[in-house]
Amino acid sequence: MSLDLATTRRIAKLARIGLEENELEATRQKLNGILGWIDQLAEVDVTGVPPMVGTETETLRQREDKVTDGNCRDALLACAPETSGPFYTVPKVVE
Amino acid sequence: MSYTIEGRTGTWEIVVGLEVHAQVISHSKLFSGASTTFGGDPNTQVSLVDAAFPGMLPVINHECVAQAIRTGLGLNAQINLFSRFDRKNYFYADLPQGYQISQFEHPIVGKGTISIELQNGDVREIGITRLHLEQDAGKLLHDQDPTKSFVDLNRSGVALMEIVSEPDIREPEEAGAYLRKLRQILRYLGTCDGNMEEGSMRADVNVSVRKAGEPFRTRCEIKNVNSIRFVMQAIEVEAARQVEIWENGGEVDQETRLFDPGRGETRTMRSKEDAHDYRYFPDPDLLPLVLEQAWVDELATKLPELPDAKRARFQAEYGIAFYDAGVLIAEQAVADYYEAVARGRDGKLAATWVMGDLFAALNRTSNTIETSPVSADALGKMLDLIADKTINGKIAKEVFEDMVETGESPDAIVEKKGLRQVTDTGAIDAAITAVLEKHPDKLAEYRSGKDKLFGFFVGQVMKETKGKANPAMVNEALKTHLDA
Repeated sequence: MSLDLATTRRIAKLARIGLEENELEATRQKLNGILGWIDQLAEVDVTGVPPMVGTETETLRQREDKVTDGNCRDALLACAPETSGPFYTVPKVVE
Repeated sequence: MSYTIEGRTGTWEIVVGLEVHAQVISHSKLFSGASTTFGGDPNTQVSLVDAAFPGMLPVINHECVAQAIRTGLGLNAQINLFSRFDRKNYFYADLPQGYQISQFEHPIVGKGTISIELQNGDVREIGITRLHLEQDAGKLLHDQDPTKSFVDLNRSGVALMEIVSEPDIREPEEAGAYLRKLRQILRYLGTCDGNMEEGSMRADVNVSVRKAGEPFRTRCEIKNVNSIRFVMQAIEVEAARQVEIWENGGEVDQETRLFDPGRGETRTMRSKEDAHDYRYFPDPDLLPLVLEQAWVDELATKLPELPDAKRARFQAEYGIAFYDAGVLIAEQAVADYYEAVARGRDGKLAATWVMGDLFAALNRTSNTIETSPVSADALGKMLDLIADKTINGKIAKEVFEDMVETGESPDAIVEKKGLRQVTDTGAIDAAITAVLEKHPDKLAEYRSGKDKLFGFFVGQVMKETKGKANPAMVNEALKTHLDA
């Protein structure tokens, strides 16, 4: 699998990474390097092997439905670049 | 099929599928221990997980899983013992993680069905494609500042069930019936409160049009419609828009649109241009969700009686009509009330009183069944008074109105106002004699063949006894007197 420039541009856009035109070719080559390495995995025959989603053999741990967290607004907002009163603020996004 | 659009080039039918987002009833969020209560102070019900701080790990809420299973069982659907969580990537200020934890390839619930009933009494099956668990996003406020949007993350991370229907819906009315039925089932199950005004149930509507016999054409998705009425309107205007495009030789683009109820139109949502490229991948923070069949079975045995079953049982057990049973089971609280009144009594009479005088009184006094001034127990006792002939049906209306006003028991009202039915033949005979003496002219007319006057005499005798006479006894005695 190998990416062309248009696909590279699209992936960057979806990931909200601002790439200049002169950076595109270098990025494309880096990504293709990674894809080429991953392609090696395709050489392994995995017919009949269920997809592995992790190295753990346990099943998902579940918690009780209890309120044990929250109520830490000041601490949360202290980390935000911009706030107003009890809110985070961001540049206006209106449909 | 009755709903079609007549175009210049022929007749079009509509194809609709619905994606409903139903907020799960739980105390805490899907992957964090923050509270889910509606209307809390901004950003107070937010944990570090919900605000997506680096290194925070999600831990799934057992009850949310149970709620999804219950809902799946209520939709006659397959429960998948293996399911998995995926990341759905998109960037928006209401989603601090930059991805929503959702279920893409392996949802917890598979195919099911809902049976809906239309105005004309037709019953149709609508297929359910799947139900999956996912996180809700936060809320943005746009009207607080000229250049800023304000972010409240209280809702961020609350569990949602996305319930996807098959494209089986062919009329706006069917979409409405589907949503009402789904909401009813969710409320019966106690898995979602179905409150569309507060946004705990929201619908995305997929609409396309086609000519009879054609395969599906391109569909558009109308996002976040927040009332059943708007869903039906949105389908109508969107279908009309698409017919117009096809008939003018154009192509409908697959896109996400918004419904503007004020203008009665849909318009494209530019920001969602790339929305279908979510780059899903399995969430590495979460192991697959593997369920024990025994747990699913246990949840199934504890499921409450659902609307369709309750309706059938009410018909069989209380001898009431299909339509009436449908009205009485529409809300669980009404069904419980009715059943408390009807149990061990005349089910039809109980239905008449609940659907007639009680509903009217609730309406008039702006009450709900929960705040009814007349308890089910009191209404039941009043029906007992009719059954044992202490009062007749006409007096019962008076007693009932008094119960609504004063909240007193029917026995107390009957005693206080002296409304006990007159079953003493002597008293009834006396009243009849008095009436006949007052109306010798009418008596003569009756005897010369004007049978219709019988009703007049009944009325007069009832009036004479202040409405308290037993009507059957009055009829009987009157016949004897008149024909003498």
